[in-house]
Amino acid sequence: MKTNHYKRLAALLLIGALASACATPPPSAAPAQPAAPAADQTFTVGMVIVGPMNDKGWNEAHVEGTKYVMEKMPNVKFEYVDKVNPADRPNVKGSQVADDLIAKGAKVVIFNSDDFKDDALETAKKHPNIVVIHASGDYAWKEGKNYKDQPNLGNLMSKMEPGWMIAGCASALGSENGKIGTVGPLINEETRRYASAAYLGAKYCWENYKKRDPKELQFKITWIGFWFNIPGVTLDPTKVADDFYNGGFDVVMSAIDTPEVAVQGKKAAEAGKKVKYHHYDYKGGCDLAPDICLGVHYYNWGPGYLKIIQEAMAGTYKGTWTWAEADWKDLNNPDTSAFGYIKGKALGAENEKLLDEFIKGLGDGSIDLWKGPLNFQDGTVFLKDGERATDQQIWYLPQLLEGMEGPSR
Amino acid sequence: MEGTAAPQTMNPPAPIAGLPPTVYRIGAFVISLILVALVIFISGASPATVIGRMVGGAFGTADQIGRVIATLSPLLLCAAGLVYTFNAGLYNLGVEGQITFGAIAATWTLRLLYPEGATASLLPPPAAIALAILVGGVGGIAWGLLAGALHVYGRISEIFAGLGLNFAATGIAIYLIFGPWKRPGVASLSGTQPFDESLWLGTFGRTEATPVALALGLMALIITIGVMRNTYFGLRLRAVGRNLRAAYVLGVPARRQLLSAFLICGLFAGVAGALQVVGVFHRLIPNISSNLGFLGLLVVMLVNFDPLWILPVAFFFSALNIGSLQLPLSLGLESSLSGVIQGLLVLFALLGRGLAQKYGRKPEG
Repeated sequence: MKTNHYKRLAALLLIGALASACATPPPSAAPAQPAAPAADQTFTVGMVIVGPMNDKGWNEAHVEGTKYVMEKMPNVKFEYVDKVNPADRPNVKGSQVADDLIAKGAKVVIFNSDDFKDDALETAKKHPNIVVIHASGDYAWKEGKNYKDQPNLGNLMSKMEPGWMIAGCASALGSENGKIGTVGPLINEETRRYASAAYLGAKYCWENYKKRDPKELQFKITWIGFWFNIPGVTLDPTKVADDFYNGGFDVVMSAIDTPEVAVQGKKAAEAGKKVKYHHYDYKGGCDLAPDICLGVHYYNWGPGYLKIIQEAMAGTYKGTWTWAEADWKDLNNPDTSAFGYIKGKALGAENEKLLDEFIKGLGDGSIDLWKGPLNFQDGTVFLKDGERATDQQIWYLPQLLEGMEGPSR
Repeated sequence: MEGTAAPQTMNPPAPIAGLPPTVYRIGAFVISLILVALVIFISGASPATVIGRMVGGAFGTADQIGRVIATLSPLLLCAAGLVYTFNAGLYNLGVEGQITFGAIAATWTLRLLYPEGATASLLPPPAAIALAILVGGVGGIAWGLLAGALHVYGRISEIFAGLGLNFAATGIAIYLIFGPWKRPGVASLSGTQPFDESLWLGTFGRTEATPVALALGLMALIITIGVMRNTYFGLRLRAVGRNLRAAYVLGVPARRQLLSAFLICGLFAGVAGALQVVGVFHRLIPNISSNLGFLGLLVVMLVNFDPLWILPVAFFFSALNIGSLQLPLSLGLESSLSGVIQGLLVLFALLGRGLAQKYGRKPEG
């Protein structure tokens, strides 16, 4: 008799499942027509933030960018939802948050993480009248590999690679033993090219300024699996940072959103270890442990967002892919530079001069590190002698570079 | 002899005379609501505004209503499944793992039929989706029966067996997402490559609610109500739950009953997991269960294992779940407040149940 029940149950389920077969996928959206509201009205911009808003890192840098916009344009109001990730908000998708933001009147929605690329596209398709900005990502890059013809979807990213070279250089200058560790997030194109840029900067300064043997330089990266710690799911960045500090690495670079590298570095230094750290993302990163901070390369999202929002308000925004450059004449100019660099106390006067020289060289093009000969980690050729990497080759870097320790994919 | 042959399960202590059990439960619920209001007040908001916004956030737009329904469907499946295990006296905390493993099985099926980039396959997309849901159910059964076997044959508490298997299922999902099923060139916890839109379950208009998921959820519930009320199987299940040893002595095949409960719960949870893949996320993510299994446990405990009341309570929790997004969105409240609200409700639901069992008047019959 029981078997009959199961059979009936299974049959019913099967029928139900087969019935599902008749359902159709959602229709795709009509072409974009960005809205043009009156200039005196409040213009609402929604921001979907992957981590905590006050993380002293990536996410807080975005919030700083929105403050900049609101200063310049008092009639713009931002609505934020932070911690939009499956660990913090289990039953919430980025696209759903965007739907709610739009329902609340947002005319522009910004997704602030690479991980939102699917959500950004879904939102742009569903709301063709809303400007959707995916900070990072390449869907709007016509010359890119993943171009999607979605007129109301744009990408904005700071061209941070030179920033990473500066970070790598500062780390090499600050290191005594040449052991530089990096606490990395997850592995993708963005993080590969960043880590590689840092390595190129470190190698250049180790050899040319410190006049040390490149063989003495150990550049190791440990990926934790996400942009920040998710207990039980990612590696714990606190432990990874500790492992570096305890394992003889005298400089540890942070490439994640949150400040564990600084916090653990401070503890290690207080315990008597001669260690230094390099921060990332957020302007105030050196304030976490000023005495051992070598520097911080930080995002300046304000000007990029301002331009997009002005265009969206005027109804002239067209989805473009923007890889915003630094202002080499004035790296820390809040109105013109897509990223900035603040030197830390631990760098020292001597090294500051060398770092300035390096920055100057990057700015005027006399130092060009994306130039061959360069090999990939597995020994295959990335760039032949004298060959310069194209934007595509840099953006879609398939592997880490030869000489780096840590997995490429 | 019975002691060795039949596994031990927990029996509710005999209720002693007092107020009707419902009073304790409702009382606990009311107290939890007062505490929730107090917490909201302390965090600097007006409870009325918060509740208003949350209701608005759950039913304000078609999208939001769609999301409530999209959450309700797997919740109904899980809750319906848990009715069997609870009535058999089992605390099937492994339901989360059963959802996850169902989702893994469904993803595996779709990946097999439509490898990355493939647009055509042996089975057309609708049939592939149906098969994925079915295989998801089978995956859930496997995970459920594993917990059941550990409990029945290994004499391990089903709570620990279930929790352990939850970790194992999540571990497998993470391994697959990071390893064999990772996106090209990417190792991230954001999940596998999304399936082609042809493999997404159809929705009501442009919302996230899918008729198929809702139909399956409601069907599971209706079947469960029928089984528990009108069948010998349901009766025997309750007998095993009330007093395992007595049921065994009276000739009820206890092991089979217990394993059947795990099987059915696993099936429903596995289908829910498959629906999370084909209907909601369209890919496998580490937390694919979205904690809906735990929410399902709460629902079933709140209704005192009576499937008749599952629908309204599950609906309430789905709305709470969706509406809570408004806390950070329109009130600027710390987003974890919604977790506190849910936690308080859970805690007091359990407390109410405990008090009802201890002091509640035994109902007639």
